[in-house]
Amino acid sequence: MGSLKIENVKKAFGPVEVLKGIDLAVNNGEFVVFVGPSGCGKSTLLRVIAGLEDSTSGRVLIDGADVSVTPPAKRGIAMVFQTYALYPHLTVKNNMGLGLKQAGTPAAEIERRIKIASAMLSLEPYLERRPAELSGGQRQRVAIGRAVVREPKLFLFDEPLSNLDAALRVNTRLEIAQLHRRLKATMIYVTHDQVEAMTLADKIVVLNAGRIEQIGSPMELYNAPANEFVAGFIGSPKMNFIDGAKLGETAKTIGVRPEHLTVDTKSGAWKGTVVHAEHLGADTNLYLDCDKAGLVTVRIFGVYNAEPGATLYATPDAAKTYRFGADGRVLK
Amino acid sequence: MSTATHSLPRTIGAHAVLLTYTAIALFPVILVILNSFKSRAGIFGAPLTPPTPKTFDLIGYTTVIGQGDFIHYFQNSLVVTVASLFFVLLFGAMAAFALSEYRFRGNTMMGLYLALGIMIPIRLGTVAILQLMVATGLVNTLTALILVYTAQGLPLAIFILSEFMKQVSDDLKNAGRIDGLSEYTIFFRLVLPLVRPSMATVAVFTMIPIWNDLWFPLILAPSEETKTVTLGAQLFLGQFVTNWNAILAALSLAILPVLILYVIFSRQLIRGITSGAVK
Repeated sequence: MGSLKIENVKKAFGPVEVLKGIDLAVNNGEFVVFVGPSGCGKSTLLRVIAGLEDSTSGRVLIDGADVSVTPPAKRGIAMVFQTYALYPHLTVKNNMGLGLKQAGTPAAEIERRIKIASAMLSLEPYLERRPAELSGGQRQRVAIGRAVVREPKLFLFDEPLSNLDAALRVNTRLEIAQLHRRLKATMIYVTHDQVEAMTLADKIVVLNAGRIEQIGSPMELYNAPANEFVAGFIGSPKMNFIDGAKLGETAKTIGVRPEHLTVDTKSGAWKGTVVHAEHLGADTNLYLDCDKAGLVTVRIFGVYNAEPGATLYATPDAAKTYRFGADGRVLK
Repeated sequence: MSTATHSLPRTIGAHAVLLTYTAIALFPVILVILNSFKSRAGIFGAPLTPPTPKTFDLIGYTTVIGQGDFIHYFQNSLVVTVASLFFVLLFGAMAAFALSEYRFRGNTMMGLYLALGIMIPIRLGTVAILQLMVATGLVNTLTALILVYTAQGLPLAIFILSEFMKQVSDDLKNAGRIDGLSEYTIFFRLVLPLVRPSMATVAVFTMIPIWNDLWFPLILAPSEETKTVTLGAQLFLGQFVTNWNAILAALSLAILPVLILYVIFSRQLIRGITSGAVK
């Protein structure tokens, strides 16, 4: 059990409107990721769901029950924070058990749940340690364990990987994905990193300036972005946006992903000069200054040798070119 | 050993400056302690020399311990200082937590109002305080002193502590809320241990003026029963004859308890002063 419904939630801090009317439905067992640039309101929305922040108007329903005025501890949620937020004076075991103890769960039951959670997250050797004696990755696993033992209806993750180094981030991401598969619980995950969003989510909610721009599966957002913002936010390197007038098109802006451009030394649609080449091994990113299109990024799979200053021709894949109107929306 | 950041002349220079300052700062204290072990003739004959077998005399200490009820004065001073310190830290921390944690109408104004006491000396209100104490029948009680000192210490305590409380991670407090901890538990179990160094800083800044104060004990509690050490030492200051041995001995003794309290807080204090500067 664990469905969530948000109805027209608005939040203002004084005169500043952070959330401008959010409607969202999350089904039981779904992994939903809120993604957007900093200041888009994604963390505020999560905190409204958690009950750490009151919404100015609108309703939050968990499993059909209105929890808009229920305190966080009674909402049946668990939250994992960016800064781990472990209790520094308690051992790993007591950190995990505190919430249940507060709720009056019998000691044997607490013990049983901690045992399961610590086995799941390979935390058994550390149960008697304090947070200060753990590494960053271990601390975040304890924080996740603290959420798991509560067996909540809803897991909330607030940028849980941001404080970890790159290698650990990939590992922990994998662990969270496996955790979701094993627990089949509803999870809501906030991040500004679109790679995390794409790899983890069943459903991505793209937020910008307090509004939802688009909701969809990762591939829907990639293949059929609703507007220029989503098209630019999803995908790395970023989609190329070219002024339609320069290309003699009727659309305001033409968008094409770097991986949907091909290059040739002899002929092609846009003639350009190589400004810079990034060799990543698995693929190569070329920055071309084109006569018609301006600065364009091209992603080529595999190794491609191109020196800055060389002349290349880039050709967009017509089937994967997006046309945006003056309001930023995709033209059908 | 000449590295990029350490050069011998510079090290010597820095130590010379620091040692000179230490000597200047400690000079009066050392002078008081040295002279407290000397006879009256020794004090006036050669005030700057350490006690020699000829001038060594414990008359000051025997007078202090024999005459007047000095143990009792010490007790009063300790009770007043420790109790005031406790209330200043407790109420100061609670007010600071409220100001830094909760958004409510008039939060900033309330913060300013509570900090106003730093700029306005409490002694300006002595007459009103005395009238109040007379009306409530608290004259010549230690309670009167504790109340006044608590009021005196609160503004600075709130000012310093609210800055430190703002630095305590919001995530940690929120984690507590999700785990069902009450606001009091969050305050006492999660926040207070994390601001301990700044509490020690506040404790030292609060404690020393209270221990050294002569003004309020003289006005509010001058009775034999409630005399504090500083007031008790006045016993030996006469209009025509002053018992310097006894005064110096009393002052030397008065340093001890406050020194002990300072040592207790000092380890925390250093961390409090440097926290934020060094991660």
